[in-house]
Amino acid sequence: MVVQGRVWKLGDNVDTDQLVPGRYLSLTDPQELASHCLEDVLPQFRASVKPGDIVVAGENFGCGSSREHAPIALKALGISCLVADSFARIFFRNCINLGLPALTCPEAVAAIEDGDEVRIDLDTGRIENLTQPFQCSAPPLPDFLTEIIDAGGMTAYVRKRMREQDV
Amino acid sequence: MGMTLTEKILARASGQERVKAGDIVRARVDLAFAQDTTMPLAVIELRRMGVEGVFDPDKVAIVCDHFVPNATVSSAEQTRLLRDFAREQGLAHYYEAGRGSNFGVEHALLPEEGLIRPGMVIVGGDSHTTSYGALGAFASGFGSTDVAAAMALGEVWLRVPETMLFVYSGRLRPWVGAKDLILYTIGRIGVSGALYRSMQFTGPVIQSLTVDQRLTMCNMGVEAGAKNAIVPVDEETRRYLEARDIRDVPLLDSDPDARYHSVTEISISEIEPQVACPSSPGNVKPLSKVANTPLDAVFIGSCTNGRIADLRVAARILDGHRVSSNVRLIVIPATQKIYLQALHEGLLETFAQAGAAVSTPTCGPCFGGHMGVLAAGERVISTSNRNFVGRMGHPESEVFLSSPAVAAASAVVGRIAHPDDVM
Repeated sequence: MVVQGRVWKLGDNVDTDQLVPGRYLSLTDPQELASHCLEDVLPQFRASVKPGDIVVAGENFGCGSSREHAPIALKALGISCLVADSFARIFFRNCINLGLPALTCPEAVAAIEDGDEVRIDLDTGRIENLTQPFQCSAPPLPDFLTEIIDAGGMTAYVRKRMREQDV
Repeated sequence: MGMTLTEKILARASGQERVKAGDIVRARVDLAFAQDTTMPLAVIELRRMGVEGVFDPDKVAIVCDHFVPNATVSSAEQTRLLRDFAREQGLAHYYEAGRGSNFGVEHALLPEEGLIRPGMVIVGGDSHTTSYGALGAFASGFGSTDVAAAMALGEVWLRVPETMLFVYSGRLRPWVGAKDLILYTIGRIGVSGALYRSMQFTGPVIQSLTVDQRLTMCNMGVEAGAKNAIVPVDEETRRYLEARDIRDVPLLDSDPDARYHSVTEISISEIEPQVACPSSPGNVKPLSKVANTPLDAVFIGSCTNGRIADLRVAARILDGHRVSSNVRLIVIPATQKIYLQALHEGLLETFAQAGAAVSTPTCGPCFGGHMGVLAAGERVISTSNRNFVGRMGHPESEVFLSSPAVAAASAVVGRIAHPDDVM
C-alpha cells in the first residue's frame, strides 16, 4: 500500500499529554478524541489536517502515558503514517496494534520539512519526498510484528491465538 | 554467560532455560490490570476479540483511580462500565473509591494488597507499571489493546530488553532520598536514555532503601523511556512481603557474569535535593539553582510519593507551620489504608491545621484531571512524576517535580525551598 500526504513536522519528545490531554481521558469515541489532538500545543492541527497526511517527528515520539487514546486520535484524523527518529515503546506497540504504520527512519526525518509532500510505500518502507528530491528506505519491521499486522492487527491476532489455545 | 534479573524472569515465564537481550518471547502473564482511563478501551477490544471470559479472574485487576470519585458524567459512565465488567467476569480484584477494605492509586495499592510478588510478569494499562520492579517483578506499561490481549490469552509478546545497571554508593545527605536519586538519574541519562531497555538499580544505597522508596525509583523508570525498572530481591523485599503473609520468597538477582548494556556508577554523597523543571522530567537541576522560584500551588501525593513515609516527612516539616498565603497545598494519601494510617498517626490533622486541603485517594491533580487543576500562568511544585506541558492543567501552567520534603518546605515558604529553610 502506498500513502501520500502533506507532512506535519513535530519535534523531539512529543508526549501523549500533548497528543490527547489528560482531561479528555474519559472519552473513548475516536472522533471525539481526534477533536482534541494536539490542541494545547498545535491548535491549528485538528482543523487543517487532511486524511492521508503524514506526521514526522524527532526522538522518543509518543513518550509518557500508556494512553492508546493518542494513536487512536491520530488515526481518526486520517494520519496515514508516522515517521520518527525513534518511538516510545508503549506508543509504538499501540500503533502496531491499531494498524497505524510507524516507521523509524532518522535519515528521512532529517530530509523532510513541515509542509512537504511525501509518498511512502508501506510494503517496502520506501520514503520519497516529492517537494525536495530525497528518497530512502526505512528498515523493515521485525517478523513477529509482521505476523500481527498480517493477522489484521492485535484484535484479529488474539482471535487466532484463542483458536490455537483451544486446540 | 549468565543472565540479568530481567532475562531470568522472562526465561522462566516463557518456558525457556535461557533468553538473551533481543530475543522475542511469548511470556506467561501473572497479573494483568488497567485503570479507569485505559480499561474502558480494553473492554471494547475484548468484546471485539470475542472474549467471553478473561484467562483467569484471579489474575486480572481493575483499579479505578484517575477520575474517582467520579469527576464528570462521562467518568461516572466509565466506572460503571468497569464495575459491571468486573461483576460479569467475577474479578477478584476490583477497586473503586468509597467501597471495600482498600482502594486508591494503583501503584501504591497493588503492592500494599500483596498482589505483587518477585518474579512475576505484570502487564499494566498504565505507564507507571514499572513501579513493581521494586519487588523484583518484571512489570511494564502497555496500551489498552495489549492489555486486552493479555487478559484474553494470559500471555504477552516481549522483546527481551538490554539492562542498564545503575550502582549507587555513598552516603545520602540530609533531606535527600529516593526521589532525588531517580530525578538525578533521569537528568543524567535523559528522557530517552533508557528507551526500550531495563533499568536495574543496585548498590549499597539501594540496599538501604525500603521497598516503598524503591517503588518511588522504579515508578519513574518510564520517564527515562525504560521498558521496566527492577531491584534485586533481598532481605528488605522479604520483610515487606512477610508483612503481607507472603513467605519463603527466594532471593533473586542477576548472575555475576550477566551481560549489561552499560554499568553506571553513581556516587550520591554530594547530591543535594533535586528538582525537575518545566516541562520535562529530564530537565533536572539541584534545588539550590531553582530555590526561591515563586509558586501558586503544591501537591503532595501520587503513585510516586503518596505513601505513608512520604506523608510522615511532609507532616514533620509542616508541623507547627501554616501554608504560605501565596499558595494552596493539596495532600492526597495514595490509598485508603495509607489514609487511615495517616489519620491514626495524626498526620492528617497536621496537614489540615497547616491549611492544606486533604483528599480521599485519587490520581486527580497529577494528570490534570480534577481536584486541583491549574490556571494559565500558575506554577506548582508536585511530588508526582511528570511535568509535561499542560500536565496538571492549562498549557501555560508550569510543573516542578520534587520530593515530599522539598514540596512541604515550599508550601510553608510559598516559594521553592529547602527543608532546612523551615526546620
